[in-house]
Amino acid sequence: MSIEIIAAGMLTTVQDAGRIGSRAYGAGTGGAADRHSFEIANLLVGNAADAAALEITLTGPTIRLQRAATIALCGATIDAQADGVALPGWRSIALPAGCVLTCGSCRNGARTYLAIDGGIDVPRLLGSRSTDLRGNFGGHEGRALRAGDVLPLAPSRAAISTEAPHFPSWWIDAGPDLDFAESIVVHVLPGSDSTMPADALHAQDFAIDAASNRQGLRLRGHALQVADVRERISEPVVPGTVQLPPDGHPIVLLADAQTVGGYPRIGHVVSADLPRLAQRRTGQHLRFVPVDHREAHRINAEQHARVARIALAIASRR
Amino acid sequence: MANIATIERLGDAALLLRFGDRIDAAVNRRVHAWAAMLSSQAPDWLIELTPAYASLALHVDVAHSFESDPLDAAIAWISARLSQPLPDTIEDAVRTLAIPVLYGGDEGPDLAALSAHAGITIEDAVARHTSVDYSVAMLGFAPGFPYLLGLDATLAMPRMSTPRTRVPAGSVGIGGTQTGIYPQAGPGGWRLIGRTPLRLFDVARDPPSLLRAGDRVRFVAIDAARFDALNEHEQ
Repeated sequence: MSIEIIAAGMLTTVQDAGRIGSRAYGAGTGGAADRHSFEIANLLVGNAADAAALEITLTGPTIRLQRAATIALCGATIDAQADGVALPGWRSIALPAGCVLTCGSCRNGARTYLAIDGGIDVPRLLGSRSTDLRGNFGGHEGRALRAGDVLPLAPSRAAISTEAPHFPSWWIDAGPDLDFAESIVVHVLPGSDSTMPADALHAQDFAIDAASNRQGLRLRGHALQVADVRERISEPVVPGTVQLPPDGHPIVLLADAQTVGGYPRIGHVVSADLPRLAQRRTGQHLRFVPVDHREAHRINAEQHARVARIALAIASRR
Repeated sequence: MANIATIERLGDAALLLRFGDRIDAAVNRRVHAWAAMLSSQAPDWLIELTPAYASLALHVDVAHSFESDPLDAAIAWISARLSQPLPDTIEDAVRTLAIPVLYGGDEGPDLAALSAHAGITIEDAVARHTSVDYSVAMLGFAPGFPYLLGLDATLAMPRMSTPRTRVPAGSVGIGGTQTGIYPQAGPGGWRLIGRTPLRLFDVARDPPSLLRAGDRVRFVAIDAARFDALNEHEQ
């Protein structure tokens, strides 16, 4: 059974939780940029949290479902309808066989995840179904989806029988783990390199530049300076690493971060804040707040506990 | 060999062992000896390694331990290990590969500027780039991207202050004191001096990368006709 892509949207890719074990080849983790929304979408449709789903960017696809399916749309609020019925986000939605699901624009954030029960069944390459856009492999043919694409869907585990789209009255609250406000706070750990002055990264609001993408957010503000200006040799970087190129405008790496980089590293965003970074749109703002590793661990542990409670709540309702 | 390294937290889910801050073949061998030792001992908190020139990232399993910070346990393990001697490195047979390159023109838009920056002719720059046996210090930045040791110091030139958003697949570049090859089209901040027709990374091959850390590489200058005959890139 398959899904047919009638219209693709701006940048729609197959993503799962990412690729482990290929960094020594230069292939980074990748995967869903907003891991939080991606996981909850999967849980809402009864998938394992790391099943392959579609990552929608700014404008979404139009898709025909060959079989009846349970879907969920989590992340930015997105206009979505199926067979004339408006579909809300953050809910488990049953759709009939042959249904056409039409997604419009993301309203308040940059990315929305469309999870379908069973999961997108493209082959695993180097251990993952994620699309590596820099390496042109994985996901569906190593690229963004196009009109005319047909993607395999794994079978349902539960029988779904419905004449028309329907969904229950309950939904999942994104809670404190996402923030779609015009300006948000992001917690940052120290990096190997310091700025001059030392707190420059925390002292201003930055705007998100249009050149941002899955590799990273390019930030605009007053140019920063690194304290030690010598040329550095390339060292490993990770999603969340804040780089400072010579032009003084920081880059915050996201899911498609490269494995190593030579620019000074002036901080690392706490993992729990990566989902809200992945939701930033061009022109919105952010401000960095410094934390130490104990505070970062507390923030991450609390997010993990919230997701575990959400998983229990969903399981008890399905 | 002395185990001199600093341990640093790389965010909240990885550690960085730093063995040096310069490009040095002996230090790079130490990185790979540590990577081999960690792979074979496989502590349960370690999910992945990223070797670099003079440093090694240890990616830690943070999904299963929330009572305490999993990086604390990893740091304790590494600190203890640093006080012990490192096992002898295992020297595999070294492979040497010839990489054909079409230098300059549209394939190497920065070759003239780099030669001028170095105060030499373009011909001299190409001769210096092709007369060295480089060693592959690591793969990184993009799938299959080799970082090569041995660049003639005369050819060094800092990265561009704002990276290009698109560099063609197979482009050969210089960034600071490093030289390498971009396996796929994508963003890049290095100075482009030529282009190879070979595919450095193909996920359908096993292993997917043409090069691996420890290989030796020699660049061979070719003309446009030879480039077209060898061209493996999709166009």
